[in-house]
Amino acid sequence: MKKNVIILGLLFSYLFTNGQDLGEIHGDFNLNLQSYLEDASINAVAADEVIRNNSYLNILFTRNNFTAGVRYESYLNALLDYDDDFKGNGIPYRFATYSTSGLEITAGNFYEQFGSGLIFRSYEEKGLGIDNAMDGIRLKYKIGNGINLKTFIAKSRTYFTYADGIFRGIDAEIDLNQAMNLTSKTKYILGGSFVSRYQQRSNPLFELPQNVGLYAGRLNLINGGWNYFGEYAYKINDPLNSIQQENVNYASGSAFTSSLTYSKKGFGITAEIHRADNMLLLSDRDRIGKAYILNYIPTLSKPHAYSLLALYPCATQAMGELGFQLDIFYKINKGTLLGGRYGTKLNFNVSRINGLNSGNSFLNDNQDHTPILISVIDEELYYSDINLEINKKLNKKVRYNLVVANQTYNKDFLEGKTPGEYGVINSTIGVLDISYKIKKGHSIRMELQTLMAKQLETASKKEEGDWVMGLAEYTISPNWFFAVQDMYNYGNEDVSKQLHYINLNVGFIKGANRFEIGYGKKREGIFCVGGVCKLVPSSNGLNFNITSSF
Amino acid sequence: MKKILFIVLALSINISFIYSQERSLPNIEVKTLDGNSFNIQELENNNNPIVISFWATWCKPCKKELNNIAEVYEEWQEETGVKIIAISIDDTRSMSKVAPYVNSSDWEYEVYLDSNSDLKRAMGVSTVPHTFLLNGKGNIVWDHRGYIDGDEDELYEKIEELGK
Repeated sequence: MKKNVIILGLLFSYLFTNGQDLGEIHGDFNLNLQSYLEDASINAVAADEVIRNNSYLNILFTRNNFTAGVRYESYLNALLDYDDDFKGNGIPYRFATYSTSGLEITAGNFYEQFGSGLIFRSYEEKGLGIDNAMDGIRLKYKIGNGINLKTFIAKSRTYFTYADGIFRGIDAEIDLNQAMNLTSKTKYILGGSFVSRYQQRSNPLFELPQNVGLYAGRLNLINGGWNYFGEYAYKINDPLNSIQQENVNYASGSAFTSSLTYSKKGFGITAEIHRADNMLLLSDRDRIGKAYILNYIPTLSKPHAYSLLALYPCATQAMGELGFQLDIFYKINKGTLLGGRYGTKLNFNVSRINGLNSGNSFLNDNQDHTPILISVIDEELYYSDINLEINKKLNKKVRYNLVVANQTYNKDFLEGKTPGEYGVINSTIGVLDISYKIKKGHSIRMELQTLMAKQLETASKKEEGDWVMGLAEYTISPNWFFAVQDMYNYGNEDVSKQLHYINLNVGFIKGANRFEIGYGKKREGIFCVGGVCKLVPSSNGLNFNITSSF
Repeated sequence: MKKILFIVLALSINISFIYSQERSLPNIEVKTLDGNSFNIQELENNNNPIVISFWATWCKPCKKELNNIAEVYEEWQEETGVKIIAISIDDTRSMSKVAPYVNSSDWEYEVYLDSNSDLKRAMGVSTVPHTFLLNGKGNIVWDHRGYIDGDEDELYEKIEELGK
């Protein structure tokens, strides 16, 4: 017996020391606890559970060309702003992948995007409750010089289960310069993709297509500081499952996006246009809601990070919109009158999004409508934003960021209200953000924000009016931060709603661990992170977060 | 009994030896600003340290961190040979603003695009900014979440420690 143990021990020792690479295990953890107190003044409700929890643990194992991973998710119960269907604990994400000689094989869950995502994007954005991971088989293959293929067959995750549709997809990308040994200065990249959803027919009245196909083609040209990207996408008719004749739409869908960029030292410009018509891809044609969306039409406006600039945020209308955006970046050189000692950075941004000419394409026995390709004047305005940001370092201690903006927000349309209820809100916003370095490691940062809102007199309901916001943050690098902020709706015509939304936050950071505790009142509204938005309910209470990785 | 104890001890030392080895970069491809694919494992800097910083054009503290480092980057490079890699996690909403922002800001960093967060996920990054320090062998030896004014001093101390 002893002998065996010793032999075994030696064998293990041999394996462990000489075999060397046993692989690596890494992961990250995220805990979010929130308590809810009732506050009638902001319609915040107390949760029966008192405390709610969303937590995640990711574990990845890697050895040479092999990787396997799992994610444990815990919703006990999910935070109030999450869909109720996120319920309980489980391991909804697990995968194994390996690659050999240019071929990569994944079984289980994966995230993937074809082109810019117009016909297919599977991704996660935990803060917004989005996770449409695929479950199935994916292959990626590099066919020699500059040709890449991706293909999959899979179902899409919704909450702790999978939506009804089965998806098949293939994407090919070719770098012409590499593939054909071109010596041209201009780089040409071509791509094409096809995605199809199978879902059994279940409508008693109408012949709905069981296989719905989408395809897209794209082109990317790059030359020095120039970069052009364009993609066109098409979707065959995909009527929603309804037994009401007037709701059944047999029109096909389409979308395009196009951007032209030029940049050089100290200067950059980007001009973009996009159009979407009937271009919502759902993982289950019978269900509506963000958990079922499987393509991505990015919002064509600047993602704002200051709270009053994001008070009235833009949201993409995949069913039909036309948008333009222009960005100019410029750095005024140091040593000039306006540049000062360190230079001054400017970013001018303008975006405008309107509806399609008389709405999206529609086709059935009673109706046949196809909107004009490009139509701006006389169309319903959804959103516009014109803003200028000035970023400047004054001296070794002081740095500031100044933003002025004017936004137009079609509240009735974007929030699905009755036309004429709130109408269009026009707001002028100013933000000043100053950082001051007190001494080594110690800094203070202040934000002052103001929003002045205008609403048409004809609106039947009054919007909230003017706001101010102030924030003070004290940081001690590398470990601590303390912040206090107040958003005050002083301009509300209803005096009882002239509320203060005060929040206190303290955080401790050490290397890869971060702890944060906060207390306060949040207002109901749309919360946008990384280009997607969700409605968050009013809440009042304590929250505690941990993020950590190893 | 003693022998068994000895073996257990030897084994656990072996195990801890194996699992305490430094963390390496995942086998993930990102895109360069001029449209090429790049496997992040191919990063190299002549055995000098590398800093990888995850950022986005919409992330204020990320830009503050990289702008503050940009002012001292030349000095850092001369003293330690360090190279800074900025990984943008902007998705197709804001990806086209990355090159204009980087060039207009006059950053001298190598910039890559991770537009569907594949690298972000593989490296356990849940929020940006998140900064990793790699030693001369390309292994991760330190990482830090978030950025507050002055954090670059701590990062620089860690880089200097590697040189010793």
